[in-house]
Amino acid sequence: MELYITELSKYVITFLMILYTYECFAVFRYKDEEDRSGIYTRQNILMLLIHFSCFMVICFETGEMSYLFFYAFQQIVLFATAVLFHMIYPRANRLIVNNMCMLLSIGFVILTRVSYEKAVKQFVIVSFSIAVTMLIPYFVHNLKFLKSLTWVYALVGIGALAAVLILGTATNGSKISYSIAGVTFQPSEIVKIIFVFFVASALYESTSFFEVFTTAVVAGIHVIILVISKDLGSALIFFIVYVFMVFVATKNPLYLLAGATGGSCAAIIAYKVFSHVQVRVQAWSDPWSQIDSAGYQITQSLFAISSGGWFGLGLFQGTPESIPFVEADFIFSAVAEELGILFSMCMILVCISCFIMFMNISMKLYDRFYQLIAFGLGVTYIFQVFLTIGGGSKFIPLTGVTLPLISYGGSSVLTTLIMFTIIEGLCMIRQDEEKEMLRAEKKKLRNLQKTQNRKRIEMTYIEDLDDSEE
Amino acid sequence: MKNKEHKSRRKLNTQIVIVTCMFVAVFLGMMGYICYYSVTNKQELINNSYNSRQKMLIAQNIRGTIYSKDKDVLAETISDSDGKEKREYPYANLFSHSVGYSTNGRAGVEALANYYLINSNAPLSDKVVNDVSGEKYPGDDVYTTLDVKLQEVAYNALGVYKGAIIVTEPSTGKILAMVSKPDFDPNQIDVIWDDLVSDKNNSILLNRTTQGLYPPGSTFKIITALEYIRENPDTYRNYTFNCTGRFSDGNDRINCYHGQSHGNEDFTLSFAKSCNSSFANIGLKLNKNKFSETLKDLMFNEELPLKMNYSKSRITVNEDSVNADMMQVAIGQGTTGMTPVHLNMITSSIANGGTVMRPYMIDRVENSVGTVIKQFAPSSYRRLMSEEEAEVLTDLMEGVVEKGTASRLKGLSYTAAGKTGSAEYNNVKEDSHAWFTGFAPVENPEICVTIIIEGVGSGGDYAVPIAKRIFDAYFGI
Repeated sequence: MELYITELSKYVITFLMILYTYECFAVFRYKDEEDRSGIYTRQNILMLLIHFSCFMVICFETGEMSYLFFYAFQQIVLFATAVLFHMIYPRANRLIVNNMCMLLSIGFVILTRVSYEKAVKQFVIVSFSIAVTMLIPYFVHNLKFLKSLTWVYALVGIGALAAVLILGTATNGSKISYSIAGVTFQPSEIVKIIFVFFVASALYESTSFFEVFTTAVVAGIHVIILVISKDLGSALIFFIVYVFMVFVATKNPLYLLAGATGGSCAAIIAYKVFSHVQVRVQAWSDPWSQIDSAGYQITQSLFAISSGGWFGLGLFQGTPESIPFVEADFIFSAVAEELGILFSMCMILVCISCFIMFMNISMKLYDRFYQLIAFGLGVTYIFQVFLTIGGGSKFIPLTGVTLPLISYGGSSVLTTLIMFTIIEGLCMIRQDEEKEMLRAEKKKLRNLQKTQNRKRIEMTYIEDLDDSEE
Repeated sequence: MKNKEHKSRRKLNTQIVIVTCMFVAVFLGMMGYICYYSVTNKQELINNSYNSRQKMLIAQNIRGTIYSKDKDVLAETISDSDGKEKREYPYANLFSHSVGYSTNGRAGVEALANYYLINSNAPLSDKVVNDVSGEKYPGDDVYTTLDVKLQEVAYNALGVYKGAIIVTEPSTGKILAMVSKPDFDPNQIDVIWDDLVSDKNNSILLNRTTQGLYPPGSTFKIITALEYIRENPDTYRNYTFNCTGRFSDGNDRINCYHGQSHGNEDFTLSFAKSCNSSFANIGLKLNKNKFSETLKDLMFNEELPLKMNYSKSRITVNEDSVNADMMQVAIGQGTTGMTPVHLNMITSSIANGGTVMRPYMIDRVENSVGTVIKQFAPSSYRRLMSEEEAEVLTDLMEGVVEKGTASRLKGLSYTAAGKTGSAEYNNVKEDSHAWFTGFAPVENPEICVTIIIEGVGSGGDYAVPIAKRIFDAYFGI
């Protein structure tokens, strides 16, 4: 009986996930949020079914019904998030909220499977973070002075990163976190957002060479501190985000070219100077010859990805725990192994759908500052997804960043939630702009009609005069 | 003013669209890569000893059974009353290299088909029954192309000698028999393992059919002849040579086998009598660059399309090759080293109109109730020579049987074609490896055999009789 359920559930879960992913893109057929509400409701139902099926399998496989309580709590929090968000911010984009909940639920499922203890911890952090970040759209919507804090952002960002470098504790050979009152905190995560704000506020008015140059210096300081801290993944994210934001702000493709050449040179220098960069690149180019040392993680990850097949081995049927740090850097491999290649591909597509929605919102914003923020955060998000999945599958060298919303890690999930909620705030700003424009247009139209009417009256009057003269 | 603002906004959107498309494209590439990589490398990755999933599968499923082509059990796992498993090989030494062993690193079919043997595609209902009774799932069974009768004949014919025999079907590439001696009993592998590994003199674990590099001796004249025909398509029939038992070029001298002089001979007779002097003479006439190209086409110094462990055949022919080298190369001596399976592939291609098929040993995989999970089909690998060239070589090899060194195959109920070889491997004149490679029947070749017996003497005396016994067994005589 159990076997039937677990075997069948593999196909059911994959099928539901494909449906969900389809809806993610079906959304883009409609322009109006109101027309999309049917899709959103269907997504909520699918989400619930996937989450439920996964936990049913977990309960059957482990034989422990206590997981059901954990599931119930998760379901309540996720459901409340989706509903409350819509109630508090009726004008917010529901696709983003849905995808956020979907990715969080996948994260809960796979973390529960890998380590129950960590899953509970993650759940507490997520619940807390959601409660806090629920307020962010309101602030983004109403705080207008955010545009003018350019140098505050720069100082806070550099300060936080430098503090880690000096005071931080090393984890896995990289100095990326420090502990305050027992809570380990990884500032490079949150600085990503501050950095986007910095670049946007510096470049939204003027994109003269001087502005670009000064921001480049600040961006460079960020990147250098991170490289020295051995946090290569974050360094790369900062660099890419900066280059693309400059490209969009200046509309000059030459900056893209300059970024590409500058980046390549920096990469070559980093490869020559830092031994930890060399180790990473070698482990990527030929992990098999160093399978018991530097290549161990990546080869174990490849074993996991390839062993699942299209539909996966099923939860608790594989051995994802054989990959070191599976819960953070290699969570994608665990998903691919136990839930299947198809499921994990759908998961990537869900991330892409978030990204496209971010870009969509960015494009429609009139205010350049907000537009750049939405764009910058979107690139930050998708590039991080790319780094972690590409690294785990040997598509690119491993950089050791987390998969947003799914990986274990408090700073990571909090940061991503902040990013998502900021975008929701921007989404509301966009609607304000639209309303404003509509109002302005109506006014114009009315004025136009008025003048036309007056003209017509004058004309008839003159005609009347002419008539009467005859 | 308004218009300009509108325009600039449009342009800004274009940049965002570009960036969006870039990322989407990169992601699609990455997704394609992940799917492709994971599907194509699945088996190889699961066979990696660092992959813990293998242990998981072994713990979950009973290793499947290996069958011959006629459903004789070649290897099976028996569980005793305590649930302790033992891998049993009913034919003991007979299939020691071809079926191999499943512990101590695995070899043969046990290694090739490991992925299938440790997986279970048993019907769900059966699995449920096993779950209830607490038994392991039955692993999938592998049907090989191996023929027990031919294997036995080949094994017995080789007797106490060291050597290798490989029997294939030229039209499909199926391996029907594969014998390598000295052999061992795979039932005892755990007990005798240390002795096998430490015995450096006999290299017992080495599968000589695919890993043994031997001087090809006169069997190489097939290749020399092919090159001579290629370079002289219109005039090779006019070739004549007067053999005095030796051939000299400066200080370098080549002797015929046992110094025998063959007298006046044409191309066909030189080949049939395996005249070293005549072929050394031919060797000097060859274009080194063209010859080097041909050798590359014939997979010398190249990878073979084999899944099992094998050695690459090696040969040196280039512009710098001096006359002495060319004379040695032409008669298959010198530094040339060749595996029996490679020679078998070249012979098969002659039998198959010039095309070589990928040799294979696993015919299909079935689950515990006999549903075919995977069927392997014959596939052609490469054309080694034109159909005309294959025909000419067939005629030459038929000449070897009719009026040459393989005359023991003459006048039988079937026709055969082949080439013998007596490869010298040290300075003692009498010591030579006996070779034979050939096929039957000539009109429509069904099997191709390649035989090497180490250090016994001439191919005509020792290898040809074994070929005859294998052909006889195959044709039921």
